[in-house]
Amino acid sequence: MNPLRYDLQIIASWITPGARILGLGCGEGDLLLWLKKNKQVMERGIEIKESRVVKCIEKGISVLQGDINTEITDYPDQAFDYAICSQTLQQVYDPVSLIQSMLRVAGKCVVSFPNFGHYKIRTQLVATGCAPVTKELPFSWYDTPNIRVLSLRDFENFARQGGFNILKKAAINTKNHQFEGKLVKFLPNLFATYGIFLIGKD
Amino acid sequence: MSEYIGHDRNGATIGLVEKQFFTFAGTDDQFALESGASLGPVTIAYETCGTLNQDKSNAVFVLHALSGDSHVAGYYKADDAKPGWWDIMVGPGKGIDTDKYFVICANILGSCMGSTGPASVNPATQKEYATDFPMITIGDMVRSQKALVDHLGIKRLLAVVGGSVGGMQVLEWCVRYPDMVASAVPLASTCRHSALAIAFNEVARQSIMADPNWCSGHYYGKTKPGMGLAIARMIGHITYLSDESMRLKFGRRLQNKSALSFEFGADFQVESYLQYQGNKFIERFDANSFLYITKAADYFDLAREHGNGSLVKAFSKTSARFLVVSYTSDWLYPTYQSKEMVTAMKKNNLNVSFCEIEAQWGHDAFLLPNDKLNNLMKGFLRSAAHEPASV
Repeated sequence: MNPLRYDLQIIASWITPGARILGLGCGEGDLLLWLKKNKQVMERGIEIKESRVVKCIEKGISVLQGDINTEITDYPDQAFDYAICSQTLQQVYDPVSLIQSMLRVAGKCVVSFPNFGHYKIRTQLVATGCAPVTKELPFSWYDTPNIRVLSLRDFENFARQGGFNILKKAAINTKNHQFEGKLVKFLPNLFATYGIFLIGKD
Repeated sequence: MSEYIGHDRNGATIGLVEKQFFTFAGTDDQFALESGASLGPVTIAYETCGTLNQDKSNAVFVLHALSGDSHVAGYYKADDAKPGWWDIMVGPGKGIDTDKYFVICANILGSCMGSTGPASVNPATQKEYATDFPMITIGDMVRSQKALVDHLGIKRLLAVVGGSVGGMQVLEWCVRYPDMVASAVPLASTCRHSALAIAFNEVARQSIMADPNWCSGHYYGKTKPGMGLAIARMIGHITYLSDESMRLKFGRRLQNKSALSFEFGADFQVESYLQYQGNKFIERFDANSFLYITKAADYFDLAREHGNGSLVKAFSKTSARFLVVSYTSDWLYPTYQSKEMVTAMKKNNLNVSFCEIEAQWGHDAFLLPNDKLNNLMKGFLRSAAHEPASV
């Protein structure tokens, strides 16, 4: 089994053993496979890209090929303990309905995203006057899939308005192709490259 | 189908296999059919590959499509020109690995490849049944397969796998005998035919019945309705391909000529291909079987039969884990039909995986060599074998 990316290690540490997990945009299923092997979870994934779906199924991961926004609607209420949307929220057209759907099908949800409040992004914009391009957000304005730019603070404000609670949060900095990292305690919205949030209705 | 199958390029094969027969029900204790009619005795031709393990927990039942047979893999004789119809999938180290699994494939009831069908002799009259053969359903096919599985002493199948009309049998198995099916793989299949699919089947049936040699089905011992059956097969072949595959395979290329003939012979390669496929089919298939099986496929409606019209209710009867596969260019059973079953499975909280494989070869893609499908099958069966169904 491949080593787990640092942000996924944090998410994995929040999951209780034996839980029912829905992975939205689960990629090649690394996190779900790790959780299945090490925490005996019942896993379901949704992934749009055929080649990644094939990889998941080869690994024995249960996965559906499709769009997370529409596929999530068929599940019964509270069919899962956790719905995980890792580094995908910034690519979603309607994040409000997605989060509502996640909270409908699962008791708790994990969302993570690159932090647009990071100081390198702020300084790039100020210094060059151009849309920032970083390791975490490596695209140009015209070809980026990341259509929703948000900072850690944006998400916290959003939680207050959206009627859900942040149960846990981790601001992180990663290195070595994201396989290593550390928690950022000091001014996280300025120094963290990624934010990970555990949210729930109550 | 089976026109594609050549020897496996990797050389791996299960080797020699044998056609076996199982007969149940009699003239006194007949097999009751869903139509209300009954039939007896009933013979099912089947083939097995691999070894059944001690606790009989490694059996995979492969369900063939419209014109297939029990000869799923390997060879009857060392010098056979072709192996079984799914030799690329079933064999040592293959997608359905015969080193691990015990594979069963049976010719469907109503067919003409060894199982009881309209070409079989009716014990009451000592003549072929012809159109006195009762209408059969996908449910009847599966119930006869269940009799075979009981006969083999298997309580629970590790998996049922099949494409097209075989996929319908897969779905029927899951909801009819939920305790006997641990996992299921319907490929390029549907819970019910669309009007388009019924329409093509009806044109095919009409072409058989319009053949003057059909004689209301009583043509045995006389000239067969070959032209009608060949045309029926040509229509079928069009639906198995796709615009893209026909463009790539034939385009507007001419067959063995450099200019149009201005006659009604075959000018284009696609014409010659269809005629060849049609004529080849006459040699191996019975026209009446074609009528009965296409009708059974048209009648099939999982929601109506098992859920009072609700697919969600129909799938509430099973706890099997599923791998559903569709193909991008399949216009006979398009992806939306696979997604329809996936949605109903999800609403029941079933463990379902779904993949739409990109393929240009239309409905027939599931029979063509495809590493993706083999890998999907391998991974899915491995997890089905090692993780008991979670409910």
